[in-house]
Amino acid sequence: MIKLDDLTIKTAGELLSQKQIEAQELTKYFLDRAQKLNKKLNCYITICAENALKEAKRVDEIIAAGQKISPLAGIPIALKDLFTTKGIQTTAGSKVLENYVPVYDATVVSRLKDNLSIIIGKTNQDAWGHGASGENSDFGPTLNPYDFKRVPGGSSSGSAAAVASGTCLAATGTDTGGSIRQPSSFCNLVGLKPTYGRVSRYGIIAMASSLDSIGHITKTVYDNALILNVTAGLDDFDSTASPNPVDDYTKDLEKGVKGLKVGLPREYFDELDSDIKELMLSTVKTLERLGAQVIDVSLPHTNYGVATYYIVQTSEVSSNLARYDGIRFGNRREKFGAEAKRRIILGTYTLSAGYYDAYYLKAMKVRRLIRDDFITAFKKVDILICPISPTLPFKLGEKISDPLQMYLSDIFTVNPSLAGVPSLAIPCGFINNLPVGMQIIGPYFSEKLLYQVGYAYEQDTKWYERRPKV
Amino acid sequence: MRNKSKSDSSLKIDINYVARLANLPLSDEEKKTFEKQLKEVLNYFSNLNEVNTKTVEPIGHITGLVDVVREDKTAPSISQEDALVNAPKTHNGFFEVEAIFEEE
Repeated sequence: MIKLDDLTIKTAGELLSQKQIEAQELTKYFLDRAQKLNKKLNCYITICAENALKEAKRVDEIIAAGQKISPLAGIPIALKDLFTTKGIQTTAGSKVLENYVPVYDATVVSRLKDNLSIIIGKTNQDAWGHGASGENSDFGPTLNPYDFKRVPGGSSSGSAAAVASGTCLAATGTDTGGSIRQPSSFCNLVGLKPTYGRVSRYGIIAMASSLDSIGHITKTVYDNALILNVTAGLDDFDSTASPNPVDDYTKDLEKGVKGLKVGLPREYFDELDSDIKELMLSTVKTLERLGAQVIDVSLPHTNYGVATYYIVQTSEVSSNLARYDGIRFGNRREKFGAEAKRRIILGTYTLSAGYYDAYYLKAMKVRRLIRDDFITAFKKVDILICPISPTLPFKLGEKISDPLQMYLSDIFTVNPSLAGVPSLAIPCGFINNLPVGMQIIGPYFSEKLLYQVGYAYEQDTKWYERRPKV
Repeated sequence: MRNKSKSDSSLKIDINYVARLANLPLSDEEKKTFEKQLKEVLNYFSNLNEVNTKTVEPIGHITGLVDVVREDKTAPSISQEDALVNAPKTHNGFFEVEAIFEEE
């Protein structure tokens, strides 16, 4: 008897290609589970049962006909509701778009569909990607599958909860300042924020266009690499998508970390919570035991990251959200929730005449210095290891009334975002039965290296085996 | 983490002016809350004043892409019908909007 709870994309793909299970059976199992657990966790805004079963039938026919299939064929996945989906309601987590049914697919969505992945639903999220807890969704908060009283992180809250609770095998996300890495950390998952421009932004409802990175959340490193193989690469519809060649990210995964120089930026550890610090240092010890060399480094502008990020990001948010006028699609502007309104006001102010130089221009200068910190560090080391969140998954309601405190939750994730470098979130243990993750940060387009390091650590520790009791 | 600025009182958003710029309707209560919260955030932003950026150029595209162009040719796109399908009000195949200019 196959235990479907513990499946990964890799093992599910093997079962499908060996004809031990049909895509329809697999899809039905995950749909049922999604429908059942959504009542508890509120991780989906839309569940696409009919479409998913229709697609699964098509996959079964293709497999029966003996055609060669992609490793993602027949795999049940979920999409963050910022991903535009033809014929499927796409809300961005906001009441402004509660009735919006797009007439085209985002590039990433077309690529996943071309690979015959089964879309089982659209996941809940902080509206427009604004938040670190999922509580800014206009469709109610999502709960953390490891502790129902706590947040799953955000803004890709539903994607993380959906994968962690085993209602799908992977979910897409967007990461502007930590929105994939932090929920991955809070839910014991692997999450990739790729290099800026590695994955097309076409059809992803824009938050802050110079920062938005399109990634995904999985249980394992191998699964994560499989998806990047499909989503990465040039796109005629996004002129900021990089022409840099795309690797086979699953290749050489077992290469290990022997001889690798691992940097620990002291600014990320100096004032870190003692329990989280202890756990971080034990993961570093593991990497050392596996053959890596650990080196102390400095990223001197780290402490300016949150201020820089919240100027750049809100400025771009105010500009991107200006298009929602209720004329061509969606509702009128009074339907924006509190956090979106707050960011529109802040961003409009920092871009307004007389303040532009003091805020936006100043921030874009400091952003250069922050990027240069990373470039300098990568002359000395191959990768950096950093914490993701300064706290454990916090309680629902704990930070929602204090926006500045919520913004400061992003302290460890915003700097790689500002620098545009890739960062991979990897589970690194539990404190008080709550998951903790670390980020592996590398130079531009070093996703393959990040996967190698993540894989070496994951195979040694296997934290992904500890599933929540839902 | 919180930086106290020397010029706290000057860091105040004229909320009515900014809301008008952003074409964003706000209730009186929202205006009051945001004014207070945003003042705190702006005070926090002032820690960037510590960074000397006199000789620093603002950053452009982060991985250094420049002048990405494509051939200027037409290709199939979404139909007029599809483009209008989500619009609350249409007229003869166009989006219908509120009048901007009044007739004399």
